[in-house]
Amino acid sequence: MTTELALSLTSGVFIAGAAAYLGTLMLSKRMAVVAGPLGHLALPGAALALVYGFSISLGAFPFVILGIVLIWLLEMRTKLPMEALTAIVFAGGVATAFLFLPIDRAEAALVGNILNVGPYETLAAVVLCLLVFIAINRGYANIMLVNIHEDMARIEGVNVRLYNLLYLGAIAIIVALGVDLVGGLLTAALVAIPAAAARNVSRTLPQYRFLAAAIGIVSAVAGILAATATGLPAGPLVIIASAIVFLGTVPFARP
Amino acid sequence: MGETLFEVKNFSVTLNHTPIISDLSFKVEECEFLTILGPNGSGKSVLLKALLGLLPHEGELAWSAKPKIGYLPQGLNQASVRDLPLTVADFFALKRVRRADVSALLAQVGLDKGVLSARAGDLSGGEFQRMLVAWVLASDPTILFLDEPTTAVDAAGGETIYSLLEEIWRKRNLTVLNVTHDLNIVYAHSTNVLCLSRFGRRCFGAPREILTPAVLRDLYGAEVKFYTHEGKDER
Repeated sequence: MTTELALSLTSGVFIAGAAAYLGTLMLSKRMAVVAGPLGHLALPGAALALVYGFSISLGAFPFVILGIVLIWLLEMRTKLPMEALTAIVFAGGVATAFLFLPIDRAEAALVGNILNVGPYETLAAVVLCLLVFIAINRGYANIMLVNIHEDMARIEGVNVRLYNLLYLGAIAIIVALGVDLVGGLLTAALVAIPAAAARNVSRTLPQYRFLAAAIGIVSAVAGILAATATGLPAGPLVIIASAIVFLGTVPFARP
Repeated sequence: MGETLFEVKNFSVTLNHTPIISDLSFKVEECEFLTILGPNGSGKSVLLKALLGLLPHEGELAWSAKPKIGYLPQGLNQASVRDLPLTVADFFALKRVRRADVSALLAQVGLDKGVLSARAGDLSGGEFQRMLVAWVLASDPTILFLDEPTTAVDAAGGETIYSLLEEIWRKRNLTVLNVTHDLNIVYAHSTNVLCLSRFGRRCFGAPREILTPAVLRDLYGAEVKFYTHEGKDER
């Protein structure tokens, strides 16, 4: 195995695993759809990174944070549904990106760049994904409780603001890293598909959490290996791999 | 009845510049089963949430001691968790309740421990509500706030839930604040009633003393039927 492939696989496994694990919470809050627009919103950042030659994730991160803050502020002011606001904000992001994204280099921003990831980016991805995983794992029960009923969670002593912040912070990191793995257009799938597949075949919460992460990891490995074998872009192949797993779980799904 | 548990003075709640509750004062004693009664739109749930600190209020709310609160919110039912692979055991694990304690709590609400491996979303409305009562009791509360706890349950099931809640109230020496628009349960299960109407009229006291036909007409309008009141009174 080449060093490049080892780095790609390492980044891919950590990003996809953490994204899928986070996805189990986002699916329960019907928030998976928000990850997509946030990924799109990361595009101007990714574009800047490509123009000035630094890491796509690094470029994407501040834009995702900006997007989350914007959506949060707009939600407080307008009380429009989160999905509608996200759609509005993301359209602005995509439009801005296309103003200055060099079209010949757009592919990396749109479908990811995981096969060209460097050692420092890999290290950063591993550290950030571990942080997200540990934080989400520790706060999982409380975030789930907030998802089920926010007021009840608050009365049970859960610091709802803290956990919402943790949750949004984790989404921001995962979306920014996801842009590197599968591109700005496909981050929602990275979060949603493994969780949806795991939900189809899980009876209990621990099964659901474990299977989602496992499906995310297997899809990343399969997609990256398929990309090196075929020369096709890795991002879409990772998503296709998880979509195939999802289809495989459909016969076992409970209505 | 015991000492005063909390006292509310000149309590007002305004939401989106609309006054919902204004200048309300009452006292709740330890071990009281207080029902907050009123038609839809009279501000019952808003009052409950403001007392819980979930909504902002003006005026005074003074607790004699820091309460341990259990809260059964309105609208949380089996349908809320149907999309999740969440068993009853998982639901208790969210609160880190020990397995042995869970079985004992389930027994208290009349559920077999076999229900632990069932999906919470597959329970019937009544079973889910019982499970939720057990879940709330796991924190060993001293006061229960119930917001229309039987909305997802049919009438017979609702009566069973209230009988269970009354039994728990007696056994555990709890204080209960219960919001409902259902007159039937007031006489059967409450020591006191606080009634709110859409027109700002209030009453407070023992249900049989204060819920006269005239008061009920004020609360619900002229069409309310009184047979429930009299029927329960005769028992």
